[in-house]
Amino acid sequence: MAECHPVAFQWVVEAKARGATVIHVDPRFTRTSALADLHVPTRAGGDIVFLGALINHVLSGGHEFTEYVRAYTNAADILPAEFTDAEDGGGLFSGYDPDTRTYDNSSWQPTGERDETLQHPRCVFQVLKRHFSRYTPDLVEQVCGIGPAEFGRVADAVVAASGREKTTAWVYAVGWTQHSTGVQHIRTASILQMLLGNMGRPGGGILALRGHANIQGATDVPTLFHLLGGYLPMPGPGEDMATYLARIPDGGFWGNKRKYLVSMLKAWFGDAATADNDFCFGYLPRISGDHGTYRTTLDMIDGKVKGFFLLGENPAVGSAGGRLQRLALANLDWLVVKDLTMIESASFWQDSPEVAGGELVTERIGTEVFLLPAAAHVEKDGSFTNTQRLLQWHAKALDPPGDARSDLAFMYDLGNRIRARLAGSDDPADRPVLDLTWDYPEEPGGDPSAEAVLAELNGYAADGSPLASSAQLADDGSTRCGSWIHAGCFAGGVNQTARRTPWQEQDHVALEWGWAWPANRRILYNRASADPDGRPWSEAKAYVWWDEQAREWTGLDVPDFEKAKPPDYLPPPGATGPAALSGRDPFIMQADGKAAIFVARGLQDGPLPAHFEAAESPLRNRVYRQDASPVSIQYAGRRQTRDQVAGHDATYPFVVTTYRLTEHHTAGGMSRTLSRLAELQPELFCEVSPELAAERGLENGGWATIITARAAIEARVLVTRRLRPVRIPGEGVIHQVGLPYHFGSEGLVTGDSVNDLLPLVLDPNVFIQESKVATCDIRPGRRPTGAARMQLVNSYRHRAGLADEEPQPGS
Amino acid sequence: MPQLPGWIANWPAYRQLTGRDRLGRGEAVRSPHTEAAAPRTQAADRVVSSICPYCAVGCGQRVYVASAGGRDAVTQIEGDPDSPVSRGRLCPKGAASKQLVTQPGRLTKVAYRRPYGTAWEQLSLDQAMDMIADRVIATRRDTWQEHHGGQRVARTLGIASLGGATLDNEENYLIKKLWTALGAIQIENQARI
Repeated sequence: MAECHPVAFQWVVEAKARGATVIHVDPRFTRTSALADLHVPTRAGGDIVFLGALINHVLSGGHEFTEYVRAYTNAADILPAEFTDAEDGGGLFSGYDPDTRTYDNSSWQPTGERDETLQHPRCVFQVLKRHFSRYTPDLVEQVCGIGPAEFGRVADAVVAASGREKTTAWVYAVGWTQHSTGVQHIRTASILQMLLGNMGRPGGGILALRGHANIQGATDVPTLFHLLGGYLPMPGPGEDMATYLARIPDGGFWGNKRKYLVSMLKAWFGDAATADNDFCFGYLPRISGDHGTYRTTLDMIDGKVKGFFLLGENPAVGSAGGRLQRLALANLDWLVVKDLTMIESASFWQDSPEVAGGELVTERIGTEVFLLPAAAHVEKDGSFTNTQRLLQWHAKALDPPGDARSDLAFMYDLGNRIRARLAGSDDPADRPVLDLTWDYPEEPGGDPSAEAVLAELNGYAADGSPLASSAQLADDGSTRCGSWIHAGCFAGGVNQTARRTPWQEQDHVALEWGWAWPANRRILYNRASADPDGRPWSEAKAYVWWDEQAREWTGLDVPDFEKAKPPDYLPPPGATGPAALSGRDPFIMQADGKAAIFVARGLQDGPLPAHFEAAESPLRNRVYRQDASPVSIQYAGRRQTRDQVAGHDATYPFVVTTYRLTEHHTAGGMSRTLSRLAELQPELFCEVSPELAAERGLENGGWATIITARAAIEARVLVTRRLRPVRIPGEGVIHQVGLPYHFGSEGLVTGDSVNDLLPLVLDPNVFIQESKVATCDIRPGRRPTGAARMQLVNSYRHRAGLADEEPQPGS
Repeated sequence: MPQLPGWIANWPAYRQLTGRDRLGRGEAVRSPHTEAAAPRTQAADRVVSSICPYCAVGCGQRVYVASAGGRDAVTQIEGDPDSPVSRGRLCPKGAASKQLVTQPGRLTKVAYRRPYGTAWEQLSLDQAMDMIADRVIATRRDTWQEHHGGQRVARTLGIASLGGATLDNEENYLIKKLWTALGAIQIENQARI
């Protein structure tokens, strides 16, 4: 956090000065460790064991926050007799199909009965206890290399800082998600936080430190294949509106799903969307499975994708499996790249490693490339959503240079040109484009007004006035709203995201700075900061509470609860949606209003977290028979990326893990081109321990070649005690090699691309790549150049029993 | 005492040793250049509120813009002391973000590489936009999939988009809206990565 989010880390340092205990769990000793009370070095990928052992510590010691767990979680739910836990199924939950590598979750569905005493052997609480009973400090040592004494210090600190009077926060950078079990890492932390009563309360939670200005916004709005605005799913093949809506669980505020959908369709298709045509629901294209960016990469190599837009993105450096990324770009008909500077994803046909190695030949690459200059953040109006869901407006300060334009102006112009060409078409497939609302007011110079787009996200009431909240939405087509979670960001016709009341002039929650979705709430599910009767759990942690006199919820934040619903409200029989939730159910997006310790629906890899090794790991799984996640995604077919995974083969004896530097940004397009930053971090390096350096003859400041089953790269050697060997009883020592991944062939400072080393192994829930753990070998000296580079990779592949990398079509 | 040459008399070390500022932290080390120096922020004609474009902390920025000869230029970007998120602080990247805007490596013209070409060529923005629009329409027609596995899907798998996570909410919204209306579904973002 001190390295990648330094300005946010000021709050951690401040908390420490006020008595907080700061613990840093990370394979590397970083500037965060230097300021922490305790640094716990660990083996990358052991997270579920570490967190699972904390859960076991809490449960076996009776440290859970019992009233919170009983009232606010699904711990009391009774599971059916057909449910088999992974502990009893040899690492597999019930419902596993080995042929498809998927789960059928029908046996995971709760019976509908609850045992408020939490004693029923099939209640979630007891199942959880048994599930994690083998996750002991001993296991932590065997998997993570963390000794029992060190683990004990963490466990004691977490328990001591939880309960009525205190809260513990878990803060992670998104490397935690970049594992084949990434979603379950977060799940394990959330189970721990639910047991300790640390959710929905100030100083609690699980806080993602996203790495980019608007990762959060791109997820919310969204530009992801499986979502529409506000986390509505994309429709599936053949679905009509009724079957689509029936598929979305309709508990809590999802009971309003039809209002959200219809209002979005009205925002998009305007007067063409009517009740008679299901508001143009049929205009939406249908997804069928995985259309994520990695699947799409392989589809490019297979020639299925012809045209590709890269808007401020550089997959040749920033995505896993760089060679496949570049082969994909080289097999397109046309490619549009829009960026501030020249990037590797635009110049791959000139200077990629594949061109240098002869695998690709410039004159035989048919990809037509358009490289368009982009506007910088100060050259356009717009909002970023920070990692706390806070939308903040950045105002245009000056015009972009030359032909540079915002992506807003680009998309608007492209849409106008396409619509002009299709005007008059009688092809039904063109109706959605022609009926699209695309009439934004223009600024001087012709760019569309970004505020007008934000106002569309916010939405309009039947009378045309901007919505004040999503509570105004209707499902009859009278309201329009681009994204229901954003309703209120333009309340009163005022750009709420541009509010900048100085922090000195308001309290610490700072509700008048920017605008957080939903409804400007700063902590989600904050009803849980009060007890079931609506009183704060303690004075020290008072945040939102029920005011009996005023008969409403009040507090420091916007209550995340229906304002006038009293704690003693009980839903009448037959109630649906929000009305079906009692006054004691804080988790209002869940059908039962309870935090889900056990997740019966929505996860592909099990209702509870279970530890699996990474697809590539020097260790076998100590917990279950399966080494790697039985449902992780490794693409099969003609592009056998599965063949690119070395498993546990000793040819690649070391762990390679990647990270970011303070002075660089992701694929480097926004940092390697700046002289100030390039000067501070001019060269790619690998961090190795003195022990590994001695074992492999690596010299500080010299060169090393790092080889995986995919690629060979070179880096300067940094011998440092910051990366300690992991000692595993019975296994000896496991070495980890640390590599920052910012470099490429363009910019002021260049270097090999570390992401070339990584396989395409994905989490099955979110299709995010496993980029924090792979296996490698490391040896002194520079890598070979030209064709010899791939020959080196293949010589290792032979030793590991993997087939040669064949030349790709299109080359 | 003979008059010392100016270069000695004005030499900071000499002034430090012989003058009142023995610690060399004040007048001894000031020069005409020091006296003439002024913060870059002072010359700004306007200050615009912004947000740092790097990580997701969302530090507040103040952008200082000067106008000269009808041309605007960013003269400095500072942390916004009013921000409850950052209280005026910026990290090395945020503090360098003026250079993100003013760096000489900025692209300002459209570059075009024709199929099998070996060099970049120039193209006007208007011509490039026309060509891109033509390709979208043609590729969409060629790869249109009305049904898949017997069920209606009304889509194209022939066009994909991958956006960076520094795109604004409004930009992401138009990207998703236009592509969805065109039937392209492989619309993705760094958020997946």
